Amino acid sequence: MAPAATSRLATVFAELRRRGERALVAYLTAGDPSLADTRRLVRAAAARGADIVELGVPFSDPIADGPVIQRAAMRALARGTSVARVLETVATLRAETAVPLVLLTYYNPVLAFGLKAFAQTAADAGVDGVIVADLPPEEADPFAAEAEAAGLDLVHLVAPTSTPPRVRLIARRSRGFIYVVSLTGVTGERRESPRDLAAQIRTLRRLTTKPVCVGFGIANPDQVAAVGRLADGVIVGSAIVRLIEERAESPTLVQDVGDFIAALKEPLRVRL
Amino acid sequence: MTALPDRDGRFGRFGGRFVPETLMAPLLELERAYRAARRDPTWRRRFAELLADYAGRPTPLYFARRLTEHCGGARIYLKREDLCHTGAHKINNVLGQALLAGRMKKRRVIAETGAGQHGVATATAAALLGLECEVYMGAEDIERQALNVFRMRLLGARVIPVDAGSRTLKDAINEALRDWVTNVRTTYYLLGSALGPHPYPMMVRDFHAVIGRETRRQARTALGRLPDVLVACVGGGSNAIGLFHPFLGDRRVRIIGVEPGGEGIATGRHGASMTAGRVGVLHGCMSYVLQNDDGQIATAHSISAGLDYPGVGPEHAYYRDGGRFEFVSITDEEALEGFRALTRLEGIMPALESAHAVAHAMRLAKTLARSRAIVIGLSGRGDKDVHVVAKALA
Repeated sequence: MAPAATSRLATVFAELRRRGERALVAYLTAGDPSLADTRRLVRAAAARGADIVELGVPFSDPIADGPVIQRAAMRALARGTSVARVLETVATLRAETAVPLVLLTYYNPVLAFGLKAFAQTAADAGVDGVIVADLPPEEADPFAAEAEAAGLDLVHLVAPTSTPPRVRLIARRSRGFIYVVSLTGVTGERRESPRDLAAQIRTLRRLTTKPVCVGFGIANPDQVAAVGRLADGVIVGSAIVRLIEERAESPTLVQDVGDFIAALKEPLRVRL
Repeated sequence: MTALPDRDGRFGRFGGRFVPETLMAPLLELERAYRAARRDPTWRRRFAELLADYAGRPTPLYFARRLTEHCGGARIYLKREDLCHTGAHKINNVLGQALLAGRMKKRRVIAETGAGQHGVATATAAALLGLECEVYMGAEDIERQALNVFRMRLLGARVIPVDAGSRTLKDAINEALRDWVTNVRTTYYLLGSALGPHPYPMMVRDFHAVIGRETRRQARTALGRLPDVLVACVGGGSNAIGLFHPFLGDRRVRIIGVEPGGEGIATGRHGASMTAGRVGVLHGCMSYVLQNDDGQIATAHSISAGLDYPGVGPEHAYYRDGGRFEFVSITDEEALEGFRALTRLEGIMPALESAHAVAHAMRLAKTLARSRAIVIGLSGRGDKDVHVVAKALA
């Protein structure tokens, strides 16, 4: 169980490297508009070009998120989404798709579930990695130990404000990939492209061979193309969640999200 | 007694820095700047001068004779933080942090506020020091505390309504943290309670510890000894930790924190994190938190906007677990009785926050001998709450 879970992320990055492609990491808030829809959306995302799917486990007080993902979390919670139900959904999905699944959440729901129970239940369900938005490496030891024992990759984030010693620490601690936050701010679409990203990624390349994925503020295929020239993977969240919000009631929801994901993936297929 | 927090910002298992990576380096920088300021005699003198000449310290320790006679037991003293400039203890911390912001060359300060007292204090210090100031405030609190909103605007601050979640203090802190993550290079986050990520709980405590230090000195003069009991209200716990901390080593001094019992613990509509919460992480620190089984933060309820918070400062959690601090809860109704009693018997209108401490101290005084002395941390004055009281008593 454990080794297979770890290798799904590694296998995907190795395969993409071999083909000269970069990964599209698509973020969805689990339970928005419903967990049944989440299942359909994950399958469609994987089929249309998402190499990794990040599933947001909703939390009542998401301090790292902008308004779009905040609203999605509130909708999901209002529909009764819980950690346990998200993990059940993942277990069901595992039988339907091989796409690597990474959970993104905050520390309190993980603590409330129990660190060991969370890591083991998630790994058993077929989760590959976990990102905890408010768990910097200094505070991560207890959960990192449980995640490692369960064969779950704990992904850490690098921010534009991270000092060189912190970047080294994070590069060493992060498993699966390194999540580079492209800008100082919360999640959400931005018009401008991130500055200083190239330098940040060069620094990381000198420190590690782990895959580097960039997220925050990336909303359209042009921005994906620009970031894709630097990183191993590009993470798109709010733009997808906004589309889900707009089309939640539409019969073409899954089709529309699939089309958007296909368009996002397109520039990442180009051999560099 | 070892000095807490430790180098990781922990009070035992509580505290810490549970924040997005973007804030980690800024928090470490803030801690360095704070420690350097504390060692700098010029900076310390400036802070002491402002506390004395601007905030109006020392505040009196007042013997509440008629309240004492009314209760018929222990002597009741009030530590009069309500007499501080801007009407509450909040100014102590705000002056310290605003001076620190200036030292760190940050020209913009942001703050969250519940009752509006911390917002008013921050807007005041920003006016004094020529800083740009924006205050996040829950939309519900804006309705409850219209007078303080107007005061902040008069002082030149921008008040930003927060419509998310419960539209109270918790959501205002979320929004302030999001602003700080975005503007961290230019902005100082002036947090108003003894909570949040390290170094805030330590820093806020240190700036308020003047309350307890004065109380020790004044009690020695008034009583010839230390008081037997300290009582203060605890939302986040800033006035309480300021009063309590200098007495930690005095084992004979009982220390009691009073939480907002709202409509009663059994109703679920309250803010008593110590009584009904579980250990969790909220707003960057580990402490007791009101939450459901799934780890979603609960909505607190209190008649006083300043106590309407589902968490509590980590140092309080530590001393509660160790048995040094006791915690009790007082309902909205009981707090209103405390408000009325102090107003009628002493001509002092307490803030509804402080009225919780008054209510518990009155109850306790009746059970203690006349030779005993209780000090109430009277954290703020009640002018801001008059309309809430009028509505509740109607």
